[in-house]
Amino acid sequence: MQHPKVIILSGYGLNCEEETAAAFELALRLANAGSGSTTGNADIVHINDLIASPKKLSRYQILAIPGGFSYGDDLGSGKAYANKLRNHLQKYLTDFTSKDKLVIGICNGFQILTNLGLLPGTLTFNDNNRYTDRWVDVRIPLLSKEGLGEASPWLKEIKHLSLPIAHGEGKFVADKAIIAGLKRNLGFESSARQNARMSGGVSNLRRETPQHFKEAIDQITGFVGGVYYKGDICKYQNLIPNPNGSTLNIAMLTSANGRILGTMPHPERAIFFTQTPSWPLEKEKLMRNGKPLPKHTQALQIFINAINYFSA
Amino acid sequence: MHRIYVTSTIPDARTKVKKQQFTDLGLKHKLGEVYLAECYTIDAKLNKKQLVKACQLLANPLSQLTTHYPLPTTDSFSYAIEIGYLPGVTDNIGHTAKETLADGAKIKFKPEQNVYFSQVFFISFNDPTPSPRFAGYSPSAMGRGSADIQKIATSLYNPLIQRASIKTFSEYQKDGGMDLIVPKVKLTSGSKVSLVDLNVGDEELERLGKLGVADEADKSARYNSSVARPFMGLRRGPLALSLEELKAIRVYFNALKRKPTDIELETLAQTWSEHCKHTIFCDPMDELKNGIYKTYIKAATEAIRKQKGEQDFCVSVFTDNAGGIVFDKDNIIAHKVETHNTPSALDPFGGAITGIVGVNRDALGFGLGAKPVANFFGFCLASPDNKTELYRSKPVGTTSLSAEALAKLDGRQKNGGQWTPLQHNEQKMLSARRIMDGVIAGINSGGNQSGIPTPLGFLYFDDSYRGKPLVFAGTLGLLPKKIGRKKAWEKQAKPGDLIVMVGGRVGVDGIHGATFSSEGLDSHSPATAVQIGDPITQKKFSDAICKEARDLNLYNSITDCGAGGLSSAVGEMAQSSNGCEVNLDKVPLKYPGLQPWQTWVSESQERMILAIPQKKWKKFEKLMKTRDVEATAIGKFTRNGKCVVKYNGKKVLDIDLNFFHNGRPKKQLVTKRSVPIYRRSQTPINGHATELKSLILNLLSSPNITSTEFVNQQYDHEVQGSSVQKPLQGRGKVNSEAAVIRPVLSSQKGVVLSSGLYPHLSDIDPYQMAACSIDSAIRAAVAAGADIDYLALLDNFCWCSPQDPHRLWQLKEAARACFETAVDFGTPFISGKDSMHNDFKGFGSDGKPVKISILPTLLISAVGVIPDIEKTVSLDAKIPGDIIYILGETNNELAGSEFAQMITGVAAASGRQKNGGQWPPLQTGNVPQVNALKNHRLYKSVFNSNQRSLISSAISINRGGLAIALAKKLIGGRLGATVNLANVPGAWQENYEALFSESQGRILVSVDPKKTQEFEKLMTGNTIGKIGKVTDKSELIIKDRADKKILSLNLNQAEKAYKKTFKNY
Repeated sequence: MQHPKVIILSGYGLNCEEETAAAFELALRLANAGSGSTTGNADIVHINDLIASPKKLSRYQILAIPGGFSYGDDLGSGKAYANKLRNHLQKYLTDFTSKDKLVIGICNGFQILTNLGLLPGTLTFNDNNRYTDRWVDVRIPLLSKEGLGEASPWLKEIKHLSLPIAHGEGKFVADKAIIAGLKRNLGFESSARQNARMSGGVSNLRRETPQHFKEAIDQITGFVGGVYYKGDICKYQNLIPNPNGSTLNIAMLTSANGRILGTMPHPERAIFFTQTPSWPLEKEKLMRNGKPLPKHTQALQIFINAINYFSA
Repeated sequence: MHRIYVTSTIPDARTKVKKQQFTDLGLKHKLGEVYLAECYTIDAKLNKKQLVKACQLLANPLSQLTTHYPLPTTDSFSYAIEIGYLPGVTDNIGHTAKETLADGAKIKFKPEQNVYFSQVFFISFNDPTPSPRFAGYSPSAMGRGSADIQKIATSLYNPLIQRASIKTFSEYQKDGGMDLIVPKVKLTSGSKVSLVDLNVGDEELERLGKLGVADEADKSARYNSSVARPFMGLRRGPLALSLEELKAIRVYFNALKRKPTDIELETLAQTWSEHCKHTIFCDPMDELKNGIYKTYIKAATEAIRKQKGEQDFCVSVFTDNAGGIVFDKDNIIAHKVETHNTPSALDPFGGAITGIVGVNRDALGFGLGAKPVANFFGFCLASPDNKTELYRSKPVGTTSLSAEALAKLDGRQKNGGQWTPLQHNEQKMLSARRIMDGVIAGINSGGNQSGIPTPLGFLYFDDSYRGKPLVFAGTLGLLPKKIGRKKAWEKQAKPGDLIVMVGGRVGVDGIHGATFSSEGLDSHSPATAVQIGDPITQKKFSDAICKEARDLNLYNSITDCGAGGLSSAVGEMAQSSNGCEVNLDKVPLKYPGLQPWQTWVSESQERMILAIPQKKWKKFEKLMKTRDVEATAIGKFTRNGKCVVKYNGKKVLDIDLNFFHNGRPKKQLVTKRSVPIYRRSQTPINGHATELKSLILNLLSSPNITSTEFVNQQYDHEVQGSSVQKPLQGRGKVNSEAAVIRPVLSSQKGVVLSSGLYPHLSDIDPYQMAACSIDSAIRAAVAAGADIDYLALLDNFCWCSPQDPHRLWQLKEAARACFETAVDFGTPFISGKDSMHNDFKGFGSDGKPVKISILPTLLISAVGVIPDIEKTVSLDAKIPGDIIYILGETNNELAGSEFAQMITGVAAASGRQKNGGQWPPLQTGNVPQVNALKNHRLYKSVFNSNQRSLISSAISINRGGLAIALAKKLIGGRLGATVNLANVPGAWQENYEALFSESQGRILVSVDPKKTQEFEKLMTGNTIGKIGKVTDKSELIIKDRADKKILSLNLNQAEKAYKKTFKNY
């Protein structure tokens, strides 16, 4: 069986490339253990090396833009790195996304993807205007069947996740049209609740969209990949579900075809049992029930899904 | 020249929060709208197309709007305030903007052209705009606008690094916006090297040491460079060389039959400084011929390593930038904790960020370059409610100089016909709250942007830190044992190797940082010592070095370029090759015009020095280029025993390395114990809180015990995926005193980090203060799962008034305790740092002289390796029915305790007398005594119990004693307990002694009832007490020896008390 090759970008202050690579490598190892093959790999590539030989990109099936602080968020999160990608690699990126390949942007990577126009809307300052590191619960909504039916390959068979966030600009906002489109796909959310959440958040968004951006937006309508909700972790530590005031509680977005995933929470930091905040308590409970401790968590499934998309 | 404004088109969380902060300042008028525009001033000529492109590059079209200067505004507002940097201050945003414009808009910037960032706040008042109140000496300058707007502006900027200008709406309209200010550095006196005559009288020599080289030629430069150096007169700033040292230098140069150059003198001052050479630790003290460092600290490590024999885990101690111990068969971990106190007093944000990225470079400069894997912070601060106003010079109104004259003296510029329109307050120290906010924000920026987790840190409050806050910053690094066939922890610059400077460029920022730290803080302290870190520049070369160049084996040696700048870093590395020759013309500068001595000693940040074999240089240079890292060969290492620096083809420095490093005359230090002048340590929090429940609630809210969740939550502690035991634990998110991380994700091994300090004991018993600090650090680590036999220590001494023999006596006592306690525990010191001059000398708001010295503070950090992260333990109680044990003895040891601090008021009311204006020492019980041998046995048993997963929760009993440890454990687990004091072992008498004594060597644990038998067996030989049981009720019930209920504490109420102090921070 042939497993995919993963490229993980680095440079200019991105900083989660190693743990992101570790998550893909673990997923590959597990896939290989099942199939007996030793194919596939996760390469960390500095953006300047990719700019120097951009054709390299086409050799990969999965592109990951990891979290970090590219350019120190100096011009607003993700903006300067997105400028760099657009200035030098636009053609190759377009080529990559037009094929049946997968892209994931985590945290700063998500911010970069929205700045590139590969995902709709934008991510702005948290309501408390402070960098915040805590855990959240994310529910993966069932997408309505109208239009594009199937859930994102990244999120297959996942219902909910508990993950850490660590960001200062994670509040999703978008103009009315985009929100309306995203809302349509959240079938089970009552519209009254959504209206309440939206007010103030999006209503006076003024569009001064330059042409290149307009075109990108016209081409896509995204899907809500995941929403903040009150799940295990929020109950455990009595936390407010939505950590940053994100519109529609959006934590993750996918492109219309589901192949591009943007996520503010960090799945790569939550793949091991001992990374979760409640593991010491869970350990006691399991031990007293005579059960072994698990090694991994549900979040690893995101990386396994991506590998399986090509391996199946 | 162009200006681009970026404004938000969506509700802006930043202005919403700012508006609240402004309102909290206590304004007279009701605030209306607050808008924010980010402003980029581009000092270059752009064509129309480029300008449009630039706007696109700088803004997010979905949430922002760009306009060119002037900002068109149809909305009315009351005032506009612009905050920008002063010339020469690191402007990271401007720097990134320049880079992105050059790349995306194809703008070719000349080297001296830059982009400058500033912010404009547009502020409206809801009620009729307050009429401008023209006060001060000039109607067009001072006192512009209402008192409110002055208050707001003052809260927005720090005059040492920033400028603020204010315009009313009508002025803004009339002038067409804010004035166009380009904070470009212009230095005019570039190339001068002067000779300094040392054959002068003692008085003049002393003046030279304290005030620095006379600098007449620099006059014009001073006024053009607005990196102000207030009141320096015509002197360059402290050399901090003593008379004896200057005489030794005179002898050396007289023998050479020449005068030293200014650069030679500056170099020796840096190299010999307290900051770099740790003179007080190294010089002979009383009967200790080898000084306290060799006698007590180093000797402890040597004795322990010898004793451990085969079990010795130390790899590299004291010799390198950090201390290294074995992690596993392939890796070493290195730990270092630094202080950055003096800069943090002046610019808390800049001081703290520079501190954290600086200590990251210590990891990177360990061996052949360790990757930073965890950050640590510690702040010793005055209470944010402390309203004391301090001035470095006499405040305005108490001097005869006009504000204009003061501004001129400071070298501040007229901007468009105005003096920078704010009060002469450069010399006013920031408020306690501003310092606290600033240092917290500095670690936030530095740590988060560098992608290094911050799993551990502390805040500690005492008003003695009002003049000088202590900012501790630590970094743990990970290094493979071998690079190719080389041992990675060893390094050596070889003769012929190129001296390569990597990273940032050199400017006048940070001149005299090293010598400055070797003096107290007063009005002579140079503002150029203030710097702001640039984490992304550092991140770029850090990755390029420790993730690429290192493993390609491209260099022979590496070190951090920190205190003392090139002179220190190159001088140090040159010892291994036995010589160096540097060409200063090659050193890349931020702007032209630096004098040679400035280039050589400047502490401009984000730099490393490497020794690169000539044949590998091309490859290294190319790699750095592709990583957008500037690397420059500035000279080469030699073997002729000399440190030589050339400039313009001429030798400007030529000193024997031996004199350079060993020429400093030693000074015999003498200590003397005097009658201690004790002071009241703290304002009593509640003078009448004698009732048990309210005592506990008050303790939970007291600053040294309360939750600091707001800090931990803004520091990324999950990046790198290494988090195991987190800074906030359990359901109730209680602050932990230890953290466990997993630096290698493919290994089950973990690293335990913790810290301990006990400054409130310093003036009562400095020996036990040090012993308690060590026991506290070790105990916290052991509670979390550390192995007492695989634990190393770091010492950070922060002292005051080292010229005072009593302070030296305290220091000697503390160092002696370090030796004895560490040896008994078998925990070696692997690294340390000292900061001796933590005194503030200045004036109060009444113009009267004030001196504030910190409580002598010893921070002990512990670092240990454990075999299995799954065997670590969190502090929160977990399952109802679990049995609660107290391990260790509880004695009547309340001296210096949080309880004693709190009841000071009670004691005072009950008739204790003020003694000469000072409060006498608190004699509430005895000083805690540390029995390290006994505690070692207990800690080993705890580790053994953890290896069998017998302990379900563990918390070190620390500040606040048993009562607070119980409350924290239960708040953490959101569970209750019933406890009986009858079973608490130890020599306590009264209930309050059992509950609040801070006896050392105690850990509070809970154990599954099915495992108590096995646990008790493993504990044989230790003193433990079975004191209670975890319940599912939200209540802590405590009974006394007579089985009488003495406390019923509602834990919801307790949690509220624990979290209320910093709730709105």
